Amino acid sequence: MSIQVLMPALSPTMTEGTIAKWLKQVGDPIESGDVICEIETDKATMEVEAVDEGVLGKILVEEGTEGVLVNQPIAVILEEGEDASAADAVSAAPVPAREAPVEPTAVSSPEVSSAPTQPAEAPDPEYTGARVNQTIREALRDAMAEEMRTDERVFLMGEEVAQYQGAYKVSQGLLDEFGDKRVIDTPITEHGFAGLGVGAAFGGLKPIVEFMTFNFAVQALDQIINSAAKTRYMSGGQMSAPMVFRGPNGAAARVGAQHSQCYAAWYAHVPGLKVVAPWSGEDAKGLLKAAIRDENPVVVLENEMLYGQSFDVPSDPDFVVPIGKAKIERAGIDVTITAYSISVGLALQAAEQLAKEGIEAEVINLRSVRPLDTATIVSSVQKTNRLVNVEESWPTCGIGAEISARIMEEAFDYLDAPVKRVSCEDVPMPYAANLEALALPKPPQIVEAVKAVCYR
Amino acid sequence: MARATKSAAKKPAAKSKKSASKKSNDASPEELIEFYRKMLLIRRFEEKAGQLYGMGLIGGFCHLYIGQEAVVVGMKAASKAHDTVITSYRDHGHMIAYDMDPKGVMAELTGRRGGYSKGKGGSMHMFSREKNFFGGHGIVGAQMPLGTGLAFAHKYKNDGGVNHAYCGDGAINQGQIYEAFNMASLWKLPVVYVIENNKYGMGTSIERASAVTDLYKRGDSFGIPGKQVNGMDVVEVRAAAEEANDWCRSGKGPFILEMKTYRYRGHSMSDPAKYRSKEEVAKVRKETDPIDMLRDRIFSEKISDEAALKEIDKQVKVVVTAAAEFAQQSQEPDPSELFTDVYATA
Ligand SMILES: Cc1ncc(C[n+]2csc(CCOP(=O)(O)OP(=O)(O)O)c2C)c(N)n1
Ligand SMILES: [Mg+2]
Repeated sequence: MSIQVLMPALSPTMTEGTIAKWLKQVGDPIESGDVICEIETDKATMEVEAVDEGVLGKILVEEGTEGVLVNQPIAVILEEGEDASAADAVSAAPVPAREAPVEPTAVSSPEVSSAPTQPAEAPDPEYTGARVNQTIREALRDAMAEEMRTDERVFLMGEEVAQYQGAYKVSQGLLDEFGDKRVIDTPITEHGFAGLGVGAAFGGLKPIVEFMTFNFAVQALDQIINSAAKTRYMSGGQMSAPMVFRGPNGAAARVGAQHSQCYAAWYAHVPGLKVVAPWSGEDAKGLLKAAIRDENPVVVLENEMLYGQSFDVPSDPDFVVPIGKAKIERAGIDVTITAYSISVGLALQAAEQLAKEGIEAEVINLRSVRPLDTATIVSSVQKTNRLVNVEESWPTCGIGAEISARIMEEAFDYLDAPVKRVSCEDVPMPYAANLEALALPKPPQIVEAVKAVCYR
Repeated sequence: MARATKSAAKKPAAKSKKSASKKSNDASPEELIEFYRKMLLIRRFEEKAGQLYGMGLIGGFCHLYIGQEAVVVGMKAASKAHDTVITSYRDHGHMIAYDMDPKGVMAELTGRRGGYSKGKGGSMHMFSREKNFFGGHGIVGAQMPLGTGLAFAHKYKNDGGVNHAYCGDGAINQGQIYEAFNMASLWKLPVVYVIENNKYGMGTSIERASAVTDLYKRGDSFGIPGKQVNGMDVVEVRAAAEEANDWCRSGKGPFILEMKTYRYRGHSMSDPAKYRSKEEVAKVRKETDPIDMLRDRIFSEKISDEAALKEIDKQVKVVVTAAAEFAQQSQEPDPSELFTDVYATA
């Protein structure tokens, strides 16, 4: 029987790709392990190896075709003794991956929607200059490149940031432009290079320390907190660590408990640190630039799931987003929804749904979690009298808990309902697809929480 | 169509510095056949895992062990039932070598309830109390102090056990490993540190990450003996493992084995591996493939013939196919499992 070659998934987040090139032609013999074609994912060009043997009978998707879905048949391999007519029967319709058998269950899982939300936002009123459509990873790269061009002291250091162009391709092109004096591959030794970065900052440089993900920064937590955050205070203002710690934070897709944690609340706890968590392209670029220029250690919490999303990003090199200032992404009068990072997108999706049901939500993108822009939240709550916080993190001692406390202290008399928190479930992140979906917050839960505080 | 048998393997370039272990040549014919079967099982298992990943049935990160099979198979051959083992995220081969059920491993990869962690751990986080397999760890280097602690427990309980703690050439630069080395040597803990030097930590070659690339010397300043081993030769690995185990069991403390090996596939499924040439990979495969080298030895010593090895290939294929079937048929975990296992009950 002829064998279909399917478009493979080659990264945790890949759903489609481009067939860049066929390296085998119809009629060529194929051995297991032979590279038959090259495909482009959002991150890289990858080779597809055959796992079967035979003769290439038919190419179903021509090279150059974009948007080829994972699991779509792309070629047919004929086994020994078969002739080409066996290939003709095969069409290029995607084959759905075999779903796991699901046991009927009383617990209904919340609807899963991972569709990227485009910003429904009005452009930042303060910025009226030019914008370019680019991905978050490009916006972050440009932020670093622009600051490195104007400030010789700025350099980038981390695992795979130089020759590999970044594990998530965020530092693409920086080695070429700035050379290996300023774009530096480190050994896998987070505590060591974070400490070295803090020392370099003491010595007058402005390091950007990239963690491949913030899960690995836990190895370096001592240097970030005990050395970077506290030195200005301990030295009576004589010295400090003006630097950036950045990298993806929070859950990606199916990478399990040790690679999926959000650390926003951990860093927000520490006086001496500033902590930002961008959602949109202008957040990413403007906040990272502000962080590099800042005279304090700034933790920039990015999100891998957002890296490939595109936004209209300010292209003026003078554009920065002030640290400590939230942004109202959507105005509304009935309820305030606060969120940061990827949760802003979820909140906006929920707001769309709520609008259809006659509830106008005001969505506040926190942008910074330390300092927290309490004033903006309070003035919104004074108008809406209701607050829901959304975060892709654990609930206990989270940013939502902090906001809730502050609103109680500063706007208690304006509240018409108790503050509600929508968050991850209070468990380590499970690997199984169904459990992971259940662990993460989703727009329907936000809608439900909003209705609860609106008594609807 | 069967693959042509590769021509006689040349002696590997990376030769052991202190080679010729006492037992390096005395594997019995039965043992050699068993090594062959196990290495082939790991390879076919990993190829299947790669295929299931491509079909979207396995998610997240998936690090294949293809090329390194001789290391774990040789190490396991020297270990005893009550010994313990711990490793990093590149762990599927270890689990199979240490006799865990391929079905349970594959079902964990697909995130199903039949998996070793009930689908809750995934590729990088898998454990078997029964087989004394303590994971499967996603944080580079963290398993080395943990393995040292397992060795501490062996000594404390005086159970005669040894821990095998595996890490990579990239991981070996993590500071906590040296803190563990010091304590292990100070307290004479029975732990064999197995450094799987496959020449790359992700896209960074060992030369770009390590000031001193002879990793077996990393214990020098702690008084820990080290040995460099041709990790592509399963018999040599087994002999070195026996020497290290004997050292540990006789109360002399830890031992370091640097295994010179190579991974054929990318670091994980999404790695295009642009940091090395195709020729480099092809050369290793052609000249020092652990399975092909053993097959050649089996033929040249007339231990078995082509037909008999083909029969083993067939049996291995059946096991792997059954594992893949099981991994697709096993159900996803019950939603209530989301909240179990966070704390001990009662
Ligand atoms: C503390 C930490 N830092 C970084 C990573 C990301 N990471 C995973 S594997 C890896 C490379 C490790 O290389 P090596 O130790 O040589 O093992 P190999 O993958 O070659 O088996 C890196 C950087 C991680 N998982 N944990
Ligand atoms: Mg390595």
